[in-house]
Amino acid sequence: MSFLESQQVVKRYAAHLALDQVSISVPENSIFGLLGPNGAGKTTLIRIINQITGPDEGQILLKGHPLAPEDIARIGYLPEERGLYKKMKVGEQALYLARLKGMSRPAALKRLKYWFEKFEIQPWWDKKVEELSKGMQQKVQFIVTILHEPELLIFDEPFSGFDPINANLLKEEILELKKKGSTIIFSTHNMSSVEELCDHITLVNNGKAILSGPVPEVRQQFSQNLIELEFSGSLDALEGRLSDHYKIETRQSLQERHKLLIRMPQDAAPNALLAALSPAEHLHAYHEVLPGMNEVFITVVNQNKTSR
Amino acid sequence: MNNKISLILQREYLTRVRKKSFIIMTLLGPLLFAAMMLIPAWIGSMEDEEEKKIAVFDHTGLYIDRIDNTNLMVFDYLDPESEPVLREDFSNSGYFAYLVISDNLLDKPDALRLFSDKQITMEVRQHINGRLRDYLRGEKLRSFEMEGLDEVIAAINQVGVNITTIKLGEDGSERETSSEMAMVVSMIFAFVMYMFVFIYGTQVMRGVMEEKTSRIVEVIVSSVKPFQLMLGKIIGIALVALTQVALWVGLTLLIVSGMKMVFQSDKAETSIQGTELVSEASVEHAASAGGFDFSKVLNMAKSMNPALTLSLFLIYFLGGYLLYASLFAAIGAAIDNETDSQQFMFPITIPIIIALYVAMAAFRNPHSDMVFWFSMFPLTSPIVMMARAPFDVPFWQLGLSIGLLVAGFLLSTWFAGRIYRTGILMYGKKVNYKELWKWFRYSGK
Repeated sequence: MSFLESQQVVKRYAAHLALDQVSISVPENSIFGLLGPNGAGKTTLIRIINQITGPDEGQILLKGHPLAPEDIARIGYLPEERGLYKKMKVGEQALYLARLKGMSRPAALKRLKYWFEKFEIQPWWDKKVEELSKGMQQKVQFIVTILHEPELLIFDEPFSGFDPINANLLKEEILELKKKGSTIIFSTHNMSSVEELCDHITLVNNGKAILSGPVPEVRQQFSQNLIELEFSGSLDALEGRLSDHYKIETRQSLQERHKLLIRMPQDAAPNALLAALSPAEHLHAYHEVLPGMNEVFITVVNQNKTSR
Repeated sequence: MNNKISLILQREYLTRVRKKSFIIMTLLGPLLFAAMMLIPAWIGSMEDEEEKKIAVFDHTGLYIDRIDNTNLMVFDYLDPESEPVLREDFSNSGYFAYLVISDNLLDKPDALRLFSDKQITMEVRQHINGRLRDYLRGEKLRSFEMEGLDEVIAAINQVGVNITTIKLGEDGSERETSSEMAMVVSMIFAFVMYMFVFIYGTQVMRGVMEEKTSRIVEVIVSSVKPFQLMLGKIIGIALVALTQVALWVGLTLLIVSGMKMVFQSDKAETSIQGTELVSEASVEHAASAGGFDFSKVLNMAKSMNPALTLSLFLIYFLGGYLLYASLFAAIGAAIDNETDSQQFMFPITIPIIIALYVAMAAFRNPHSDMVFWFSMFPLTSPIVMMARAPFDVPFWQLGLSIGLLVAGFLLSTWFAGRIYRTGILMYGKKVNYKELWKWFRYSGK
């Protein structure tokens, strides 16, 4: 069963339709990528899930029940536009934000101590936020987001503002959270991190969900039927045998070792190609080439643009 | 729900009360107030220490020794011919001023000139005027050649009038009032109200803007409703304001009473109490009565029903503040930086300024039609009604005005809440009135 579901959610602003019948389904204990270009409606959907604003039509179900005001304590949200009170002390502020989420003071203090030590920012507890570097502020915000151990975490562009080292730390923490049982919604433009982290995605464009599914399936769906073949032997001999049925897109050679990218016909079985190999060719690698999420993203958004 | 509002309220309150600027203002305020009350008294007492010598050149010879000396003023009657000599070297002569009488004052009342290189004090002028007037009246009477005239004059000079104004209650009961006192109190109330609505309203606006520009607002509204955040802030700042007032009043009383004790041990005179009320009317009153009876002032203050007046002040302060603070919050939510605030501040400022002008009219005639209507209209009633408060406003008018004020702030909070909710999450957008109206009409949940 889905942990979180949006059912035909519609959100209208005065002039435009921000969300048009958007349905998503986030499986429990998975990392779900909410993708889309700027202005697609991702933030609006996330705000509806956080009950910052309400849908005009449709509903959000959390474990099969419509969202209730108490549910905000079960959600942790790291918004894209994020900040802290600059003049307030770091520890005091973290404590305040934790208590707003409904934690008791002692419990919040205990967990804050743990996380501040883990992220090595304990010495900054009594400093004002404006004295911290941007990266450290981001760490504080991350801690505050996850402190109440919510079942559902929503990260909107979490890596912006992090240097590579801290971004990696964050990535590991997110995977750790998943291991502990959290469900995570992850909104980003960074497609390589989507491939690395996400189990499922939904792509939103112009207020509509235009593509959904598990990441491998989505990539399969956009497969160009490309096979990469790496072998040692005579290139000319093999090319002569293949060129009747298959189209060779690229070829790379390093002395006797050759790498071919071959486009298969739509209906061909992948191993049909193997039959064309002779014992004279020494096979090193043979695998299907799937498009990256970046390609999928650009292809789908462009298709969507032309089809409108 | 309410727990969250109280958390927000605590933060808003504590961060402000702990600020250096708050502590400084709280300590400095009473010192300023005390200085405002005590400096005139102090200056007065400084001047009084000095004995003033005044030369008199009487060309008529009619008024020699007619102006008697006091313990602070000594009059020397000099040869009129020596006037140019004194005039030439006046600053070294040791005289405070010199008086020239050039003709018979009964025929020419303006044949009297007082010269000095310093500012001539009111006491000196009044003393000379008073003595000569008494003498001339006596002369005039004497010209009728009545019997026993000297006794008559002496008796007449003792006649004086001191009006005590009495306010009749509806049941015919009497209360002593002082219209000067009422005017001063009314003026203070109106100005304090004006200042508070502005200062603390602006603080609300800045607070909202701070949350918006620092981008913490989206983090917070994922935990609490925007309306709760707005209310928590408004109430928190109201408590800051009340704390400040309470501290100001307390510290001012402490300082004034402390300094008064110092003064009184210095001088048996009650001159400080005389300047307690810094109104022109009371100075003359003090001069003619030779001091001001402080217990009388207290009695008059009591006659204005301090408990009622104070609770009215609190009600109108809270009502007026809540009404305007929510509007200020809506402005803070709509703009990205303070320079943009001007265009939206303008329509809010206008009723406040108008209220202040009407309040000035209320000092003179607290029951005119115009003043009445402005003391009913919620945007102006906090200032105008407080200006009327010392002049016995009928209870039905108070009730109506407060009722309208409550309705007014509920309406403005509702109105502002809708703009606030949309505005705080709009970044980098130039906002105009049309846009605000759209936000208001937009009826999302």
